[in-house]
Amino acid sequence: MNRALQHLWTPLAATPLLWLALTVAAYVAGQMIQRAVRGSALASPVLIAIVLVACVVLATGTSYQTYFAGAQFINFLLGPATIALAVPLAKNLSLIRSNFHSICLALLAGSMTSIVSGVAIVWLLGGSRTVALSMAPKAVTTPIAVAVSEQIGGVPALTAALAILGGIVAAVVGQQLLHGLRVKDWRAHGLAAGVAGSGVAAAQVASRNELGAAFAALGIGLNGLLTALLLPALLLLWR
Amino acid sequence: MLIAFLTLIGCQLAGEMARAAFALPIPGPVIGMFLLAAALALRSRYPKAGERTFDDAFERTAETLIANMGLLFVPAGVGIIAEAGLLRQEWLPILVALFGSTVLGVAVTGLVMHWTMQPRKPQADTAFGPIPARPRIQP
Repeated sequence: MNRALQHLWTPLAATPLLWLALTVAAYVAGQMIQRAVRGSALASPVLIAIVLVACVVLATGTSYQTYFAGAQFINFLLGPATIALAVPLAKNLSLIRSNFHSICLALLAGSMTSIVSGVAIVWLLGGSRTVALSMAPKAVTTPIAVAVSEQIGGVPALTAALAILGGIVAAVVGQQLLHGLRVKDWRAHGLAAGVAGSGVAAAQVASRNELGAAFAALGIGLNGLLTALLLPALLLLWR
Repeated sequence: MLIAFLTLIGCQLAGEMARAAFALPIPGPVIGMFLLAAALALRSRYPKAGERTFDDAFERTAETLIANMGLLFVPAGVGIIAEAGLLRQEWLPILVALFGSTVLGVAVTGLVMHWTMQPRKPQADTAFGPIPARPRIQP
């Protein structure tokens, strides 16, 4: 039995198909779990899928490289999906233009808060400089975060994981938190999700409201731009 | 659907080319997003006769991609297993900073936006009511 399984497994584990199917299946399972707990944001399908896939990959002794070689087709679609955010952005351009000053202020404040608090907390709790540098760009959309992390001397893979996990945190607590602070406007919710939680949090807002999607898309793009320019300059102050 | 997908990857390609040509520190897809948004905005400002800014098939493709964006983050997220050693060593600063800094970032961005933007008329759909008891399933 074991031999038969191995016989099946060995050729399949090397093809993209298995890891592709596993990734989609894990995400669908995550969505079903979320539906079962009445759509609670705590049951994030992204988080559930990552945990499920990681368990399978670790349990079968597969390397991350082998897994990613298969799942990279899904990863590739991140590019077109980022471009697709242009649609809600273009549809709500007049609203964005009329709020331009507050968007700039909120972006600058939120971006600086994310960078400085991330680095400061790691440093205060005795974390290493490498981890602090990997933490600094984590609020930014994953591809920019990885590029910036590499540039400033962090660990790109750690930053990628932190960017996604931070996005999950923002998606899970963001809406309740802002409601608690009496912020009840999709423009503020969308921008906060885009600036502090990048793609994962933006995807959550985007699936619920189109105006929120537009401001989230703007938040992702502008924060990516700002952090890529600001962070290397800020680090000159911290040697 | 194919034309829609071609538009999206065409913009990504244009973004990548712009990044390489001008040595920009921003990834291609983000440049592409701004390019496409600018093109769509121009098209809606100077519409040609009989042409709609947002073609149905294009809009559907974009909406489908956005609605399922969560799935697309899974392969990169699994990358955390490759950093197990670093995580085991420094889990406390990583965990606290990740949570604290994200919560602070959301709160500060949302509050500054809330304080500084002009209030909208009540009939506008920018405001939302109490959180629905059973929200739509989100990615």
